[in-house]
Amino acid sequence: MSTTGRAIHFTINGESRTVQAPPMKRLLDVIREDLHLTGTKEGCGEGECGSCSVRMNGELVNSCLVPAMQAEGAEIQTVEGLAHDGALHRVQQAFLQCGGAQCGICTPGMLMAAVQLIERNPHPSLAEIREGLAGNLCRCTGFMRIFESVLAAATNENIAEPKKVEHAR
Amino acid sequence: MKTTTTTRIVGAPVHRKEGVDKLLGRARYVDDIEREGMWFGATVRSTIPRGIIQSVSFDRRIDWSEFVIATAADVPGDNHIQLIVADQPCLADGIVNHCDEPIILLAHLDKHKLREAVDAVRVEYQPLPPVFTIEESEQQKQVVWGKDNLLKSFVLNKGDVDSVWGDAAHIVEGEYRTGAQEHLYIENNGIIAEWSDESGVTVWGSLQCPYYVHKTLIKVFDLPDNKVRVVQTETGGAFGGKEDYPSILASHAALLAKKSGHPVKMVYDRMEDLAATTKRHPSRTRHRTALDKDGKLLAMDIDLATDGGAYSTLSSTVLSRATLHAPGPYSCPNVRVTAKAWATNNVPYGAFRGFGAPQTIFALERHMDEVAAALGMEPVEFRRRNFLHQGDTTATNQLMREPLMMDELLDRALKASDYYAKRARFAAENPNSMVKRGMGIAAFYHGSGFTGSGERILNSLAGVEVTADGVVQVLVSNTEFGQGTNTVLTQIAAEALGIDYDDILMAAADTGLVPNSGPTVASRTVMVVGRLIERAGTQLLNMLREHAGLGATYTREEFFAACERYRKAKGDVVSLVRYEAPPGIHWDDAKYHGEAYPSYAWSVHVAQVAVDTVTYSAEVEEFWAVQEVGRVLNPVLATGQIEGGVAQGIGYALYEKVVLKDGHMANNQMTNYIIPTAEDVPPIHVYFEEIPFSHGGYGAKGIGELPHDGPAPAIVNAIKDATGVSFRQIPLLPEDLLTGLVAHEQAEAPASL
Amino acid sequence: MRGDAAAHEMATPGSLAGVLDVLASAPGEWTPIAGGTELMVAFSAGRLSARKLVNLWGIPDLRFIETTPDSFAIGACTTFLDLRAHAELAKALPLIAKASSWIGSVANQSRATVGGNLVNGSPAADSSPALLVYDAEIELISKKGHRRVAYSEFHTGYKSNVMTADELIYAIHVPRRFERHRQYLRKVGTRRAMAISKVALGGTAMLNNGVVDEIRIAAASLAPFPARLYEAERALAGKKISRDTIKAARAALLSEAKPIDDIRSTAEYRKQVGANLLEEFLIELSRGEAA
Repeated sequence: MSTTGRAIHFTINGESRTVQAPPMKRLLDVIREDLHLTGTKEGCGEGECGSCSVRMNGELVNSCLVPAMQAEGAEIQTVEGLAHDGALHRVQQAFLQCGGAQCGICTPGMLMAAVQLIERNPHPSLAEIREGLAGNLCRCTGFMRIFESVLAAATNENIAEPKKVEHAR
Repeated sequence: MKTTTTTRIVGAPVHRKEGVDKLLGRARYVDDIEREGMWFGATVRSTIPRGIIQSVSFDRRIDWSEFVIATAADVPGDNHIQLIVADQPCLADGIVNHCDEPIILLAHLDKHKLREAVDAVRVEYQPLPPVFTIEESEQQKQVVWGKDNLLKSFVLNKGDVDSVWGDAAHIVEGEYRTGAQEHLYIENNGIIAEWSDESGVTVWGSLQCPYYVHKTLIKVFDLPDNKVRVVQTETGGAFGGKEDYPSILASHAALLAKKSGHPVKMVYDRMEDLAATTKRHPSRTRHRTALDKDGKLLAMDIDLATDGGAYSTLSSTVLSRATLHAPGPYSCPNVRVTAKAWATNNVPYGAFRGFGAPQTIFALERHMDEVAAALGMEPVEFRRRNFLHQGDTTATNQLMREPLMMDELLDRALKASDYYAKRARFAAENPNSMVKRGMGIAAFYHGSGFTGSGERILNSLAGVEVTADGVVQVLVSNTEFGQGTNTVLTQIAAEALGIDYDDILMAAADTGLVPNSGPTVASRTVMVVGRLIERAGTQLLNMLREHAGLGATYTREEFFAACERYRKAKGDVVSLVRYEAPPGIHWDDAKYHGEAYPSYAWSVHVAQVAVDTVTYSAEVEEFWAVQEVGRVLNPVLATGQIEGGVAQGIGYALYEKVVLKDGHMANNQMTNYIIPTAEDVPPIHVYFEEIPFSHGGYGAKGIGELPHDGPAPAIVNAIKDATGVSFRQIPLLPEDLLTGLVAHEQAEAPASL
Repeated sequence: MRGDAAAHEMATPGSLAGVLDVLASAPGEWTPIAGGTELMVAFSAGRLSARKLVNLWGIPDLRFIETTPDSFAIGACTTFLDLRAHAELAKALPLIAKASSWIGSVANQSRATVGGNLVNGSPAADSSPALLVYDAEIELISKKGHRRVAYSEFHTGYKSNVMTADELIYAIHVPRRFERHRQYLRKVGTRRAMAISKVALGGTAMLNNGVVDEIRIAAASLAPFPARLYEAERALAGKKISRDTIKAARAALLSEAKPIDDIRSTAEYRKQVGANLLEEFLIELSRGEAA
């Protein structure tokens, strides 16, 4: 029983890590401050906007609502873990092509939600896409380009070869 | 100057310039950035809407020696934000005029210590009676600003409105109201500031206008131009909410940085950003309209009032745009707009996409439907009868020299939405359905760029530079915040120079590096600054031809080789140009007469709305937006702008309400300030027409704000079509629909079973 | 973000027995935290008064769905996504599957637990109307043992319930006997997703030759806690659905409902829409439509 830091172990984007953190520190803050992975964003701190979405043990969660203690032993994936072998993930490539990102602040969370959706449901209908992304607020796009991006990623149609990127995992 | 339709890069759906970084999570927003030795800042704010500060005490449970505290007394220069009228204090000095007004700043190394410290500062006030509405301000029982609460007033006069009432076949009146609206950019306001005696103030942050912030900081700190540097960081949405507000936050962070000797980061959380920062001006518009027996407009008499909040901020320019958009895309020989912006003790209102036009276009387009109904005319036909055409004059007597296509836009919108067939079908189905459906339209323009002589006053300077590494940089102070500045300006530069899109980069929006090409507001960037970049490119090619042997045609490699020859011969390879006003722009600010805007984008919106009479909620089922925008420079980005603007307009009409309790925003959490989610937005269909504007970048007019003007009136017109009930106020929440529908039912069927 | 992590203690015993020990050791001092979708919101807003938290997340003894021929037993830390994903439960108790899809978003459903939803005790709780019209029972557990309480008796006032300071919700038991009842559930929120309920209505009914044999009606946000609408039920029991009985049922609801004005909606709206939802349910019953 402790208020001060205790060692919390988890795997993040495939890497095993240990941080010292108070058990109630938000997973979002552990990711951003302790691990310096700033791709995951804070938009509201209330679990409403989804900018902080990450995948934890294969589920989509709002990391602003997860106490660090509950991430003990977890496998976590953030946006930094999507690109692979030096290339954008298919969903990222689709967003690039279809204009799914404007200001980009909702984008990391939106990508996590989209990837989660497609992995669970490889051929989602538009209604299922809307439901899968309902927890990710975007103020810029009006969602149309995002829906198109997810549909394109799901069907693999009209997506160019994923772009090569430097320093991607 | 080229408006050729065959272009390689302009007009193509090239990828967003900074898109990959955003998708990888590599883009660095202000809260992603740390500076060595950085402290954190927080703000103690007024808990009352109006009063005199009597005392400030610091509870002894906190060890204040660990904190740095700043007040108005610490401001080295002028304790005012420099905007149009410098009436807004940087920190309250003896008096507060709105809830959440900043009074005291605290800084500490450990950000977790700040919340308790803020709570431990106790301010005692002698409260004064506050004013919260336009009506209360107009009554002037309490004068809370200036001598008479009047922040600004204009009168626009065309012809003689009062001469026609006697003979008019019809006179129709109506009053329409719009509420406040919050930008809800997903990234809250944030700034990091540093101070050093050698360099002065440097700030990094989420902002639209680096030079606006610069202008305030030099005055607040009494520093010369070269001792203040403002750098924009990747910005997560703005919509006008980061046009003037960052000057306040930057002043605060810099004060703490100066006093503490450490860099200071101040990033608001959502609760603070919602409560304390600017929002869209609430409005009240009264129309009185005279028509002849054929339904042609004879006179429009419009009385417009806005609530500016406690300080003037941008209320005068919002009022100006509201005034100039109030009469709409119609030809009318007599127009009078009497416009006033009133001060209240609400949190000061500010810029928000549309900037006064959504307010008066809501009133106008609702009123046009009411007028049509009063005359027994179809809303579509009534509008056709009165549209402006090429050769007509507007309410400011601006001659429409360029072709206009309102009729064609309307035709396209009606066809795309299957308007007539749907209206007929819904009219047949509604009586037997708990869900009532209807169709509504809105027709409008949006003036691109600053009003009248605004661009001349801005006197923007912009250009391109080629570095020794073979990179072409675009030098502008215009910022990217999602709308596509980076992409479109680099497309223009690539096109103008005849090289590749990937050869061009944007120089950082850093006042230490780029010239002042004006603010990123008013839908001016692509039209005005794009044109400057186009000209700068042409100028650079001329320089290279004259001094470095560049041929009439050339390859990319030859271009860069010529640049190097130029560098050896003449020095830096830089091409800057200054704004030149298009010919024939004459604007009389005193009379509100002349060329109000250099160009206009034109649009028709159609909304299909379903009203559920079980829950009284209205939802937009489908939406069509047709617009003539000069030239579409990037179809993916342009479409995205329209879709995003429509979504915000839908929120403005049906979901977004700022709930004020004694001047404080009571619903200052995302859970209670409601915007549409992915499940709420309808399919939005976007269609572009192009009549190139010869003075805009590659023919472009502005489009950023246009799409926010139409949804609200189209939706509320559709609700009238669906239910027969006229609503004249937004936001229109289910609770309001309940009241209106029940009242209508009782009026229609007084004898109940 | 206004919470200070260092100001809170968290015990993670890792087992049900360990949790019960903690609760018994200092009754009232320890607040159980499951998925955190309520408590962490309060924490972020600087409003989490609970200084000591005992962690329920990851305890398999609390996260289960067990089926018997007569009922489902749902562990208190079962998430709403677990409920949606359980094919048999979704088929037998469709109102629970429906209510589960209302919770926030996918990211909330993967963490929010049914036990947390009930203990938080908001009058707007999403799972409550369904559980009420299914005659759910709450099984409470403490170091001293188990006991069961009808869910309809669980809440005693605004955010108060029958639990003692050392008790935990162990499971929610839902009988299967409503599978052939007519069923209805509708929520009215501020938007289609991520919406706190303004009012919601649930109903189960069995009709015999058009006469109401059994009827249960429950609402969110028409009282200080989620509750059955007994007067409305009485107006319908043993009657045929007709214009008159619908009118009487509406009147009964309007009389027994005690909603409030709050930041989200008004008492008047909640009442009128509550009555409309009831009417919609009854019309569906009379047409033989309700699932």
